[in-house]
Amino acid sequence: MQDILDTQTSFAVSDTGFYGRFGGAFIPEMLYPNVEELRQNYLSIIADPSFQAEFWQLLEDYVGRPTPLFLAKRLSAKKGATIYLKREDLCHTGAHKVNNTIGQILVAQRLGKKRIVAETGAGQHGVATATVCALMGLECIVYMGAIDMERQKPNVDRMRMLGATVIPAKSGSQTLKDATNEAMRHWINNPVDTHYIIGSVVGPHPYPDMVARFQSVISQEVRQQLLAKTGRENPDYMVACVGGGSNAAGAFFHFLHEPSVRLVAAEAAGMGVSSGHSAATTALGKPGVLHGSRTILMQTDDGQVTEPYSISAGLDYPGIGPLHAHLFDSGRGDFYAITDEEALAAGFELSKLEGIIPALETAHALAALDKMSLKANDVVVVCLSGRGDKDLSTYSKHL
Amino acid sequence: MTTTIPNRISTLFEQRNKRLLNVYFTAGFPHLDDTRMVLRGLQDAGVDLVEIGMPYSDPVADGETIQQSNGVALENGMSIKTLFAQLAGCREEITVPILLMGYVNPVLQYGVENFCRMCRQVGVDGVILPDLPLDLFLAEYAPIFREYGILNVHLITPQTTDARIRFIDQESDGFIYMVSSASITGSVKGISDGMRAYFERIEAMNLRNPRLIGFGISDQETFNTASQHANGAIVGSAFIRHLQDHGTSAESIRSFVQTIRP
Repeated sequence: MQDILDTQTSFAVSDTGFYGRFGGAFIPEMLYPNVEELRQNYLSIIADPSFQAEFWQLLEDYVGRPTPLFLAKRLSAKKGATIYLKREDLCHTGAHKVNNTIGQILVAQRLGKKRIVAETGAGQHGVATATVCALMGLECIVYMGAIDMERQKPNVDRMRMLGATVIPAKSGSQTLKDATNEAMRHWINNPVDTHYIIGSVVGPHPYPDMVARFQSVISQEVRQQLLAKTGRENPDYMVACVGGGSNAAGAFFHFLHEPSVRLVAAEAAGMGVSSGHSAATTALGKPGVLHGSRTILMQTDDGQVTEPYSISAGLDYPGIGPLHAHLFDSGRGDFYAITDEEALAAGFELSKLEGIIPALETAHALAALDKMSLKANDVVVVCLSGRGDKDLSTYSKHL
Repeated sequence: MTTTIPNRISTLFEQRNKRLLNVYFTAGFPHLDDTRMVLRGLQDAGVDLVEIGMPYSDPVADGETIQQSNGVALENGMSIKTLFAQLAGCREEITVPILLMGYVNPVLQYGVENFCRMCRQVGVDGVILPDLPLDLFLAEYAPIFREYGILNVHLITPQTTDARIRFIDQESDGFIYMVSSASITGSVKGISDGMRAYFERIEAMNLRNPRLIGFGISDQETFNTASQHANGAIVGSAFIRHLQDHGTSAESIRSFVQTIRP
């Protein structure tokens, strides 16, 4: 991981936590000591050989890495390009989320923290956090919107089975953004012994950078695997879905400074970008401050955060990570808005063509393939961020 | 950061520096048009400073009581624009210093320069924006605040290091807002030995700015304790609960203030 510590280029985070004009640490003074402690220590902790050894060992033996890079032949034939799937759905717990929680729990241990707090939307990050807390024997508290707890009951049960305390966030709209607010409040109230494991590349610096580094194992493996399979390290396109954007940040990381690789981000358009029921942040949002960083967020003219909608709970977030805001703002990334309907169709298509049922979040990335003008000799990698078991009840309504 | 424009907050502390009472309420709560009535009621009840909350959808530093009042105010249609319209002309009757408290995003959308200009125009003296940290404020916005003579009040907490407190003191004007404990608003009951030790530690630092203690100040006892260690205290959630239960009449507000500082 040494190579990713070399970040002296424009898509890397600055010393003060900015990606272009996005990022920073817009936090109340009550959080300053915690965030500052993390900022001062995270790079040296990550670079330490004992951390590196434990991190890579756990990724291999516990998470099941490296995950395969699979040539999807029937999908390729249908889309008219060479398409590889990076199988993050095969990670322990069923999605890429665990790459980050493994990294952060090792950081928390080295900071002497005794308790973990986390937010979760669909429950995937909550499960990944509860999992590593069980593994390491740390207390785990997960905030989840009261409405999401009803919608995602199996994941609530999984977290509880893993020993976590799941607390309903009853403020505001009772979904992911409110769960994030509640987790931040919990951290304010417990500043000394608690570490907050944020689940995406959002939040105050250094979270977006730290989470991106832990997820960067995705693009690191893609490069090696693609080289072995095709003789080239770089695909023409790297495609991923973006809610907060953690799987996309990991999938893009090693290609950020490879201009020949187009970075493609699929956002959730919900019922349509202009329908009033959407989570297409770059299409609908404006620059502002959300959850500790300056980014692009969906908001009213008065600066009140608006409630997003997507069929996929993991993309149902009113902002995006500051790295992605910068990729959008600078034109480095191509952003597509994918409707619920398009995502569902792409999920069914992959299931029938390749025998892989993708998460609804991931289905948005697959649907983006139809929006891109692919050529026959293009090599495309899609980050298959998670598996679709958790979404069966939604899929089954559309069978 | 020293401003040359005279400011009611600085003038207040020059004249009096003991047992000052600052009361917070949310603009547009419980009803949209209550703002001026509550402001007048607080002045008539003898409070020394008034902090008016600009409601926000995601107030992370606030507990349940203030969150709910923010939600009600937003549903009532409150916005920064509406608040400035309500405050226009208030200086014909209101002499008490006014602070606006809120979160940074609505201010950014309104435009920082427009915001400071309107504060100046309607007679707002200072601002508290908890999620605009001092370093970012200094890097981007301090000159605008200075130009319009608007003070930006900063927070310290029991976890703030001495070095950072010195830095905040150096860069502050008006007063320093001492958060009484590691907490969100409205979540603390009483004043613990640990809090007292923190108050004494800060007292001994002989800061150049006066200090007001907030979070957990809800009655006469907590107000008195805070006032022994600082220049006064700030009451928020307890007053919001009172407005909810007893209404916004002058009599109701006077009776509340009597319970804090008879």
